[in-house]
Amino acid sequence: MKFKTVIGLEVHLQLNTKSKIFCACSTKFGAPPNSQTCAVCLGLPGSLPVLNAEVLNKAIKLCLALNCEIADETRFDRKNYFYPDLPKGYQISQYDKPVGFDGRLDEIGITRIHLEEDAGKLIHNSPKVTENSSPSLFSLVDYNRAGTPLLEIVSEPDINSPEQAYDYLLVLKSISKYLEISDCNMEEGSLRCDANISINTVDSKELGTKVELKNMNSFRGVQKALEYERKRQEEVLERGERVIQETRLWDAAQEITLTMRSKEEANDYRYFPEPDLPHFFISEEMIERIKVEMPELPKQRQKRFISQYGIPEYDASVLTSEKKMADYFEQCLKFFNKPKIVSNWLMRDVLNFLKIEKIDWEDFSLAPQDFTDLLKTVEVKEISINMGREVFLEMLKTNKKAGDIIAEKGLAQVNDERELAAIIDKVIQANSKSVKDFQSGKEKALMFLVGQVMRETKGKANAAVVQKLLRERLRC
Amino acid sequence: MKLLNQLTAHRLLKMLKKEEITSLEIARALFERLEKVEDKIKGYLFLDKERILDNAKEKKQGLLAGVAVSIKDNICVAGELTRCASKILSGFTPPYDATTIKNLKAEGAILFGRTNMDEFAFGSSCESSAYQITANPWDLERVPGGSSGGSAAAVAADEAIFALGSDTGGSIRQPAALCGIVGLKPTYGRVSRYGLLAFGSSLDQIGTLSKDVRDAALLLKVIAGFDSQDSTSLDTSVPDYESYLGKEIKDLKIGIPREYFIEGLDRGVKERVEEAIKVFQRLGVECVQISLPHTEYAVSVYYILATAEASSNLSRFDGVQYGLRNPQPATPTCAEASAGRRKPQTKGSLLEMYEQTREEGFGKEVKRRIILGTYVLSRGYYDQYYLKAAKVRELIREDFEQAFKRCDLILTPTSPTPAWKIGEKIDDPLKMYLSDIFTIPVNLAGIPAISIPCGFAKGLPVGLQILGKPFKEEKILQAAYAYEQSTEWHLQKPVL
Repeated sequence: MKFKTVIGLEVHLQLNTKSKIFCACSTKFGAPPNSQTCAVCLGLPGSLPVLNAEVLNKAIKLCLALNCEIADETRFDRKNYFYPDLPKGYQISQYDKPVGFDGRLDEIGITRIHLEEDAGKLIHNSPKVTENSSPSLFSLVDYNRAGTPLLEIVSEPDINSPEQAYDYLLVLKSISKYLEISDCNMEEGSLRCDANISINTVDSKELGTKVELKNMNSFRGVQKALEYERKRQEEVLERGERVIQETRLWDAAQEITLTMRSKEEANDYRYFPEPDLPHFFISEEMIERIKVEMPELPKQRQKRFISQYGIPEYDASVLTSEKKMADYFEQCLKFFNKPKIVSNWLMRDVLNFLKIEKIDWEDFSLAPQDFTDLLKTVEVKEISINMGREVFLEMLKTNKKAGDIIAEKGLAQVNDERELAAIIDKVIQANSKSVKDFQSGKEKALMFLVGQVMRETKGKANAAVVQKLLRERLRC
Repeated sequence: MKLLNQLTAHRLLKMLKKEEITSLEIARALFERLEKVEDKIKGYLFLDKERILDNAKEKKQGLLAGVAVSIKDNICVAGELTRCASKILSGFTPPYDATTIKNLKAEGAILFGRTNMDEFAFGSSCESSAYQITANPWDLERVPGGSSGGSAAAVAADEAIFALGSDTGGSIRQPAALCGIVGLKPTYGRVSRYGLLAFGSSLDQIGTLSKDVRDAALLLKVIAGFDSQDSTSLDTSVPDYESYLGKEIKDLKIGIPREYFIEGLDRGVKERVEEAIKVFQRLGVECVQISLPHTEYAVSVYYILATAEASSNLSRFDGVQYGLRNPQPATPTCAEASAGRRKPQTKGSLLEMYEQTREEGFGKEVKRRIILGTYVLSRGYYDQYYLKAAKVRELIREDFEQAFKRCDLILTPTSPTPAWKIGEKIDDPLKMYLSDIFTIPVNLAGIPAISIPCGFAKGLPVGLQILGKPFKEEKILQAAYAYEQSTEWHLQKPVL
């Protein structure tokens, strides 16, 4: 049997506003438990929500970037369910009047974008059983996260493969970063993703039975969970069985999905309009004002990089995929206006370093000026490109400037012909056989001699100059 | 010579200003009265005598400097028991003041005790309080009305100077009528709801219970106004209500809705209201017949929308953060622990905590309304109940809009009957719900209304309801004051 896969993603994006969605508490990550709470986000009796205007601004930005229709009137609703991390017994969310709808991200349709508040966090105290103590068991609740603004972005079931889902997430993250609306950190939970996947035979006109996947904590995790689930469902169908509509949890350690709850157990959230908040009217003027604030988005920037800096399309797409990298690139050009050289270094050395060290662009600490100073020394052949790479790593390790490292280690390339002449003489004398070989027409012998000079100078000699000098010497 | 506790706030304020009396004397007079009659009335749930007396000794400034205000048990006072007359909030002391409480404190008021109410304001008789049953000062075998029955009875029995109440479907006006005092429900959005424990968020409004109209104007001036913490409060200026008292009312036109004079309306009540209309006519007011055609749907619509909102508002009482928790604490068994479950707090024990906490913490009427509200919001029933009710609510609102094109104010009875016997309706919820038939439409439309004493039927007080246009409380007060000045009903006191 041949199958087709239909995937839709639901992404929760924590907005990076300074304060929470309905109160003035800080949203900063990592504070001591329950230190960033008030009557409103704790849902204390009698407290009332007041919408943080910045939240709506940021939501509209994403709607614009994803080509959504923006509601002229939007409203909040209550989603009712019980859980200890949900202080009011309901979540203020949006139901039938979301901020944005009918959008598009490349070839994927965006069903809707809506605002809601995040819940708190349960900390399950794992039993510590020792010989002398009985297990102590309880759960703690940290409400610091409760009331953090979230945007839920629901895609149409337009995604046809796990790889495409991965790419969609990358682009969505990139755009959100450009808009500076979210930290998009899946491990810290500032970006979360649930997936719906169904499988059916290629010739079937209907969609297969939908399975919801939860608990993925990385983009690759989403891809792997979808790959696992695609295979699992294909096997179910091949056995002639039916896929059960259910919610499954991704187990990242075992790389499998497990049943969480079936459709029958699904909650009835009893949505109804939130009476504590008015309807919000989004005027044309407001949208126009936000449009003016919109930054250049990845696609636009990529085009500009190609035309303005004359770098290849591939370079432009890599450089603009992350806002911080693109910013860094442009900052470098202010000090050293050789776009292709800077691009090469960024794509090769810097990206490689970040990958090996597993750090993000945000944490890349080398100042553009210091970085371009290094590039300049290579450019003027003060040091070789290989030396340059070593100095680059040394700079990151020691926080020293390129010039200081070169001076300290005596790495400066020897370009002085008189200085080199003495060493060349010495090498010629010590390798008479190679000299003869070269003179009888073996080009390879020359490279050997160059190598010997480099060895004598511990790599500091300018190889091109050495070659030129050797040729001159051996011809006469 | 009247005792201080019998006087109105505006008279006491004059005496305080002239330094004829002190606020400590007012507080002491109230406590003396309480000692005599509180055993019979049971209007208060909580009184911190020491704190009140200490507070009364301090020098105060502001519009209410030195006068005691009693507070319904559903308005948050920082550090003071606030239980909504419910067991589920036993021991709950909010860490913050409601905006109205802040305003009272800022104007120098002395916060007096917490008054009894129907549990979570669900009721019309005060009988559903989890703690005590309040008696009507005019007949101790009868209910004071509800839900602000404690506030109404305390004011009527001179155990309070005046009081704050809340009104979702008549909870200020109906007990005011049944206890023979003045009860004012402001326009939705006039007074901040911040710190009022929510019942029906789109209907709730804090208001006043007082011995006369001037006190209502005085207290409203202090609590009214925009609050940035309540998104449903309106940013519009607050008039000087007292300046409208004593103004002529000849130019006002009053509408009499035919739908409010129906079968089932007590004869005595009907007669008193008709007499009141005559008083207004004597004062030169033109009275016109009007129609509010969707009135008959109001009670049904109300019990769908209010219970829907209530079922959600009461979800937070789950035993997790505050109030009652049962079992205490919810811990899993040792067997579950040694089995090494990943979630020590197993689903079973969490559900158990929710169920047992809410089973024990909520009274019968609260459970009834939560079930009703949950039902009308559930999948498959939402359109048929909640959505339909929301649409009919709009029609009721339009009824008033249309009516107010023909008149400035509307006169109706407040309650179809005077106070009934304790126990008479408590097992017949439908009968109980119908006692709010004349007050509910006002909340659905969000307009302001007052109930003022207009006489007696078989020795029990009767209330006259005056409805006004949104944010036109001053017109209501102006008319109510004019009526009060031409009658003496408000001066009648129950013999206790």
